[in-house]
Amino acid sequence: MSQLILSKKSSQPAPGTFRYQLASFWSDFSASRGALVGLIFIVFILLVALFAPWVAPHDPAMQDRSALLVPPVWHAEGSWNYLLGTDAVGRDVLSRLIYGARYSLSISAMVVVISMGVGIFLGLLAGYFRGWVETVITRVMDVVLAFPSLLLALGLVAILSPGLTSAMIAIAMVQLPYFVRLTRAAVIGEKNREYVIASRLSGAGHLRLMFNTLLPNCMAPLIVQATLSFSTAILDIAALGFLGMGVQPPTPEWGAMLANAREFMGSAYWAVTFPGLIILLTVLMINLMGDGLRDALDPKMKRS
Amino acid sequence: MFKFFLVKLAQLVPTFIGVTIVAFSFIRLLPGDPILLMAGERGISAERYAELKSQLGFDRSLIVQYFDFLKGLLHGDLGNSLVTHAPVMDEFMSRFPATLELSLFALAFAVIIGLPAGVLAAVKRGKTLDHTVMGISLTGYSMPIFWWGLLLIMLFSSTLGWTPVSGRISYMYFIEPVTGFMTIDSLIAGDWGAFLSSLHYLILPSIVLGTIPLAVIARQTRSSMLEVLGEDYVRTARAKGLSNFRVIMVHTLRNALISVVTVIGLQVGLLLAGAIPTETIFSWPGIGKWMIDAISRRDYPSVQGGLVLIAFIVMIVNLLVDLAYGVINPRIRH
Amino acid sequence: MALLDIEGLSVRFKTSSGLFAAVENVDINVDRGEVWSIVGESGSGKSVSMLATMGLLPWTAQVTADKMAFDGQDLQQLSSRQRRRIVGGEMSMIFQEPMSSLNPCFTVGTQIDEMIKQHLGGSRKERHERALDLLAQVGIPDPARRIKAYPHQLSGGMSQRVMIAMAISCNPRLLIADEPTTALDVTIQAQILELLLKLQEDTGMALILITHDMGVVAETAKHVVVQYAGRQVEKQDVKSLFAHPRHPYTEALLSALPERAGDQDRLPTIPGVVPGQHDRPSGCLFNPRCQYATEHCREVEPVAAPDDPASTLCHYPLDHPAVGTPPSATPQDPLASNPSSHNPSRPEVRP
Repeated sequence: MSQLILSKKSSQPAPGTFRYQLASFWSDFSASRGALVGLIFIVFILLVALFAPWVAPHDPAMQDRSALLVPPVWHAEGSWNYLLGTDAVGRDVLSRLIYGARYSLSISAMVVVISMGVGIFLGLLAGYFRGWVETVITRVMDVVLAFPSLLLALGLVAILSPGLTSAMIAIAMVQLPYFVRLTRAAVIGEKNREYVIASRLSGAGHLRLMFNTLLPNCMAPLIVQATLSFSTAILDIAALGFLGMGVQPPTPEWGAMLANAREFMGSAYWAVTFPGLIILLTVLMINLMGDGLRDALDPKMKRS
Repeated sequence: MFKFFLVKLAQLVPTFIGVTIVAFSFIRLLPGDPILLMAGERGISAERYAELKSQLGFDRSLIVQYFDFLKGLLHGDLGNSLVTHAPVMDEFMSRFPATLELSLFALAFAVIIGLPAGVLAAVKRGKTLDHTVMGISLTGYSMPIFWWGLLLIMLFSSTLGWTPVSGRISYMYFIEPVTGFMTIDSLIAGDWGAFLSSLHYLILPSIVLGTIPLAVIARQTRSSMLEVLGEDYVRTARAKGLSNFRVIMVHTLRNALISVVTVIGLQVGLLLAGAIPTETIFSWPGIGKWMIDAISRRDYPSVQGGLVLIAFIVMIVNLLVDLAYGVINPRIRH
Repeated sequence: MALLDIEGLSVRFKTSSGLFAAVENVDINVDRGEVWSIVGESGSGKSVSMLATMGLLPWTAQVTADKMAFDGQDLQQLSSRQRRRIVGGEMSMIFQEPMSSLNPCFTVGTQIDEMIKQHLGGSRKERHERALDLLAQVGIPDPARRIKAYPHQLSGGMSQRVMIAMAISCNPRLLIADEPTTALDVTIQAQILELLLKLQEDTGMALILITHDMGVVAETAKHVVVQYAGRQVEKQDVKSLFAHPRHPYTEALLSALPERAGDQDRLPTIPGVVPGQHDRPSGCLFNPRCQYATEHCREVEPVAAPDDPASTLCHYPLDHPAVGTPPSATPQDPLASNPSSHNPSRPEVRP
């Protein structure tokens, strides 16, 4: 019966194939409306960031001395020229937010790539070899976790001198333990399963076993962690920027924009409200998407 | 129980040594001369440089320096601040109660609202209330709290004038510090007005600092409640003819609390991390603000000492949480 | 007036793919002091009907019944407060998994005390003494020590004894035991059954024993209900059920008993499984597994004949004595070899 369906080239992919997995993943994922909304928003923000020079109405660094602290368009004094108003030196808030998305998203993405890459490597080592390798790696991660994350990041940034790269490295460092722990736990759980033993018996080497056999089967929780990490990174970068330790002004980074606008809080709410709102929205949407991913990828976590 | 405690404590030793190494090597092992870094762009005279170098012990080998540092640590001596020249330990201790007080109020806020919200959401699973609670808590979880603080100040302090903007107590009161807790000290002084004032000043910072823990606690409570509600013993409780309230609040919540307490304990690290922006926004004179100042002034003994002490506190609290876990979970206790 | 009087009980669960009828049209009448057994395979809905009676089903369940009365009180009409007075007090229940049915956070004593406090009241001391008595009554050695134990410190058998002590603590008039021995070791199973029967005899309470084990039924019950795929397929006295099973399913269950298999090398089994939500056949629900099934069975759903005392849910109820029943003196042909000989009206049987 099933062969019959197969031979008819049905549009339904056959079980066991990658396409089938993808299709079942998508049906689980899109079952959650929140996850879909999150995904659409993220794609939208990504596109805006990518095409910032075409989308943004103004140059983010351009200072219009004739339009200082212009309120958003819906105020009587607002202007269509500056939809979300201008800041204290006459820069367009909307354009700065659009360009700011580039910084927030790209730095956060780099943070995830670095911490996930290094974390998976260390976690594989720890889980695969056990013994002293594991002890050393987990101890070091315990030490990292003993510090409040933002404090450690601040300290690292202070040493590396405040800026984009050091903020990125510092936050990646802070995120690292979660990936190491997850990978290690997953590897230990999978290591003695039949398919791994079969692969070992057929002569696979350490590297092959670790990266080709074990890793793909440990990916689900890691992908979920990656989304969590991504949203945390956006928050942490903004926090560093707000504290003056992250991306330095006049770069239109969201956190730094907030810090600049803080002194005009009483008179120009828009300069404070919109950067924070966009941070909140972006992080919220990524978390929504993360919840959907978790439900679709991890049946164990779905139960609760 | 005591043995359990000792074993756990012993397990912390290597981590704590690691923490001291990290704090110690923070500036020393990285490129650049820490003394020049501390001096910043103003530069420094050769004599002052040599003086600082020997004062900080940089002229000795790293190993010797590290053991000096450890020895001092064991005696509670973390060196002196480069800015105030007061012992780092004293500086830390004079500010820590402010952070502790704020954190406790924030945690209380998070637990008092988050726990019932999670329970309600679980009981009303799938209903509007559940979706609302979960939506709000996901928003809280995603909140950039430094912005949240500014927003609340704009609304409640600037526009409505209900709450003060910054500080711990109105300038009209002077309270002799005894415990360092403004609320307790004002009660000790018998000054009711000062007590109310200190509470008034705690409201906004506690809400801001407690927002993310609240969201985490509500989510965790809901998911553990849902898990426990499916357990056989909850069905047994219903079969006993107990009231719905008793089934939920005694049989279900009691078991769900085991994992919730763990999560509450994990919030301590989060609270101390969140204390940095919160204290900055509200000019709260605690260790978060102090650390930020120390980092930006390159007051390096303060940074080093602060890192060790804060990590130490986090580790001790995690240990206490482990113990609490043992107390509320009979399967571990016996 | 029957103690428990249920007529036309149906339970439907809301699922993502529509309503699922887990129990349909079940009747049961239990008088004071009677021992009943509900028997059937996993998935036959035997627990669900009793959980519905106790009001223990999750909110996804829709329970409907023409009549559902305990001691003359209509359970469907009672307020939840009134109903809680009956549940636990007058009608109590023990479950399949004793280890997970006790709350791990409270001591045995606390959990028994809670029940007594809820329904009987009394001073703390009185309740404590009662709990100690109960533990002794269910055969727990050293009750004074065990009363302070946490569930994880008890074995499965001990846990079930505690559950029983708790269930009988308020002198219920009906005890429902949902597969009370399934999760236990074989040696313990017999002890627990014996204990239940002894308590039933001593206290005169009615007992409903849910089981999938015909052997247990033979040893305990006076009346038997056989359930299949949510339907009640047969209801008889235990003696006549064993002697003259009316439904082919009952017959198949009986012939799967080792002591009835006789000299056969292999124990007979019933091929296939109980149909689930998505694979319910048309016609008689048992037809795919029934050796007598006809085209008629596959098309038309059977109803019990009004004059049938066993209310057999079958188009062709069996009317022959069962195979190898000990009391029957005349040796019979094994049924399976030539069943049509017993029922001439039956058309040809498929191999």
